[in-house]
Amino acid sequence: MTHAPETEADLAQLIRGIPGPVAVRGGSTRAGPADGPAIRTAGLSGVVLYEPAALTLVVRAGTPLSVVETVLAAEGQRLPFEPGDWRAVLGTEGTGTIGGVVAENASGPRRVQAGACRDSLIGVRFVDGGGEVVSNGGRVMKNVTGYDLVKLMAGSRGRLGVLTELSFKVQPAVPRQATIRVDVPVGAAPAVLAAALGSPFDVTGAAWVAGQGALIRVEGLAGSVDYRAGQLRDRLSAFGEARVEEDGAIWAGVRAVAPLAGLPGDLWRFHLRPSQAGAVAARLGGAVMLDWGGGCLWARVPRGVDARAIATPFDGHARRMTGTGLAPADQPEPEAVARITDGLRAAFDPRGIFAGDADADVLYP
Amino acid sequence: MQMPPPDPAILSRKDQIVQGLRAILPADAVIDDPVETRAYECDALSAYRCAPLAVILPRSTAEVSAALRFCHDQRVPVVPRGAGTSLAGGSMPTADSVVLGIARMNRVLEVDYADRFIRVEAGRTNLSVSGAVEGAGFFYAPDPSSQLACAISGNIAMNSGGAHCLKYGVTTNNLLGVTLVQMDGTVVTLGGPFMDASGLDLLGVVCGSEGQLGVVTEATLRILPKPEGARPVLIAFGANEVAGACVADIIRAGILPVAIEFMDRPCIRATEAFAHAGYPDCEALLIVEVEGSPPEIDEQIALIRQIAARHSPIEFREAQTEDEARRIWLGRKAAFGAMGQINDYMCLDGTIPVSTLPEVLRRIGDLSREAGLEVANVFHAGDGNMHPLILYNANTPGDLERCEKLGADILKLCVEVGGCLTGEHGVGVEKRDLMRVQFRAADLEAQMRVKDVFDPHWLLNPAKVFPLDDSAARRAP
Repeated sequence: MTHAPETEADLAQLIRGIPGPVAVRGGSTRAGPADGPAIRTAGLSGVVLYEPAALTLVVRAGTPLSVVETVLAAEGQRLPFEPGDWRAVLGTEGTGTIGGVVAENASGPRRVQAGACRDSLIGVRFVDGGGEVVSNGGRVMKNVTGYDLVKLMAGSRGRLGVLTELSFKVQPAVPRQATIRVDVPVGAAPAVLAAALGSPFDVTGAAWVAGQGALIRVEGLAGSVDYRAGQLRDRLSAFGEARVEEDGAIWAGVRAVAPLAGLPGDLWRFHLRPSQAGAVAARLGGAVMLDWGGGCLWARVPRGVDARAIATPFDGHARRMTGTGLAPADQPEPEAVARITDGLRAAFDPRGIFAGDADADVLYP
Repeated sequence: MQMPPPDPAILSRKDQIVQGLRAILPADAVIDDPVETRAYECDALSAYRCAPLAVILPRSTAEVSAALRFCHDQRVPVVPRGAGTSLAGGSMPTADSVVLGIARMNRVLEVDYADRFIRVEAGRTNLSVSGAVEGAGFFYAPDPSSQLACAISGNIAMNSGGAHCLKYGVTTNNLLGVTLVQMDGTVVTLGGPFMDASGLDLLGVVCGSEGQLGVVTEATLRILPKPEGARPVLIAFGANEVAGACVADIIRAGILPVAIEFMDRPCIRATEAFAHAGYPDCEALLIVEVEGSPPEIDEQIALIRQIAARHSPIEFREAQTEDEARRIWLGRKAAFGAMGQINDYMCLDGTIPVSTLPEVLRRIGDLSREAGLEVANVFHAGDGNMHPLILYNANTPGDLERCEKLGADILKLCVEVGGCLTGEHGVGVEKRDLMRVQFRAADLEAQMRVKDVFDPHWLLNPAKVFPLDDSAARRAP
């Protein structure tokens, strides 16, 4: 049975009356369709408030991401964190929703400069596991009134409640971007990316892609972009042949992790100390892509292999995004941290109705 | 403002509690002499004072853990304290509490320029974090105006902002990890020198929790390369509405200045009299600062000049030299001091949607006349974070009460137009009893459930943030 409530109040009533576990689905771009009872958020859709001059957007959680991006683009604005679109690399379909993006804290290349999804999120409304509507944060970008449950909800993957409404701080789109490409192997990439990110030239993308090398993006007013791209090219040529390009499609590919789409093996994602990315890539041995200056490493490894164990030691965490190995999909938490996590989940979802689906090992093939 | 009456059972056990703390901490780390504990009776919200039972000044995470475990077992409330610069009473003690001061933990533990972070003990002052990395061309972005004195632990507790957060964000956006000691002594590490949480974003909820979830003893902070340069412009207008419209147009044009500061006439007049910055005689002025190399700055300022011209400014002043830049900032930076010279004042920090700026300024003017107290406005216009300064005379009976009532009315106005009670100072005791203006019961309940998980006995900074009636059942011994 799939429910598709059209108002927050209906959703709250539905959850209060639901007898047992339920799966929650936005656009089903990450998890596949649910087998048992499910709630689809598609009915909770639409822009609630958009004030371009205040850089503020409030939108219902079931709104397709594509609609959000179109609405913003019409006013020359965008989501700062450049949400990841992982459908191709996960081998899933569907129309992603903004609620799904938040539930996953899915951030793309600009995360390295503009922060993650959770950093752009300034308000949430959600229905917790008891069917209670909770509001936190708001529509202003500076707000320290009470605890920051906005951050807690971002990336919580439906464990604490069903998101209904989200407020974002947005940013102006830019008139020009340029990419500096430096021809280096993956092992040398973190040093190049660190040199770029440690420069005063406000880098908004820092990736490494096989066959393309280290990729560094600058964005902004035309004269400024030309100046910074030139400065970076000159500085980075010490590492290898460096040239400036204006091909924006490179970054759509990084955002989609396109270089690893369609390859065999399980897909893993590491968040790690950037300077360790080269060594981790070497230990893993297979196809990789670096983003966030090396702070995010995507890898294909043979099916069932515990990439986390092979990559160790590193500072950070790893998640298996596809496949069904023996290793847990999520990074195991130290006992003291797990106690807090379990406590919060029990506090917001006392009946455990969201637990089964949110905890299911990776659902995609 | 009321605080719950102290627990007589704890007061009567003072000697035993102090002895217990002496047994687990070095001799000079426990203070119980009433003369000395008075130094900790208040923070920067000095209208409210109460000396604590005792003060402890541990030097390590292990000492913090041992002391908290002891207080937990004894069911003694603990009030964490950074540098005591809270404007909201965040570190104000109660008579039955132990103040845990973190100031002795101020070392730099690790600096990594390639991975762009610094790890420090949390008692280190904000400015000295930047000081530790500026030689290599880096800085720590959040810059609250108390940055010379305030501690990182307090910045994390209040999720502090600053003048430059329009571009760089506030503390939570620059915090990578913490070592947190829970009330029962458990030490947890959240985050580290990498981006984003793997499970629930516990770091995100700890930041801004006003010392109620745990004591932060170490912090991993993101550092950024310094821009090549920065330059302010000053734009003067004949009306607040016009200045507000100009701010909106600058933002709409796609320029993202690092700071847009706004001052109204009462504020301009007071700072002129005090600092002689040479500001024009006008109703409202903006200070807009942009960053980059000289040609990049020129490019941005040319655009800003174009936009401002559409609003017929009284004056557009661009700093050509370091000294001119300093003079543009002089009045703004002196604003609070200037107000302090002529009056006692209360500083609020409610945030409003930028679009409601003209309406809010007009209504603050009305409220100010009704109350018979002058209000000067200086604020971060780019993000809507107001700083109305209510001028009063502490020696005039009834003035403080009138001032507090006007303050509450202004904060209610901020919430009414879609904003919030506090943008960067925190709730503490000061705005605690206004929380129901902004939140429904279920919203507050959800937040209190978080505290239940981290601190089930409600011993850490217990009588803050939530209205006393709402937290009463949880705080009961």
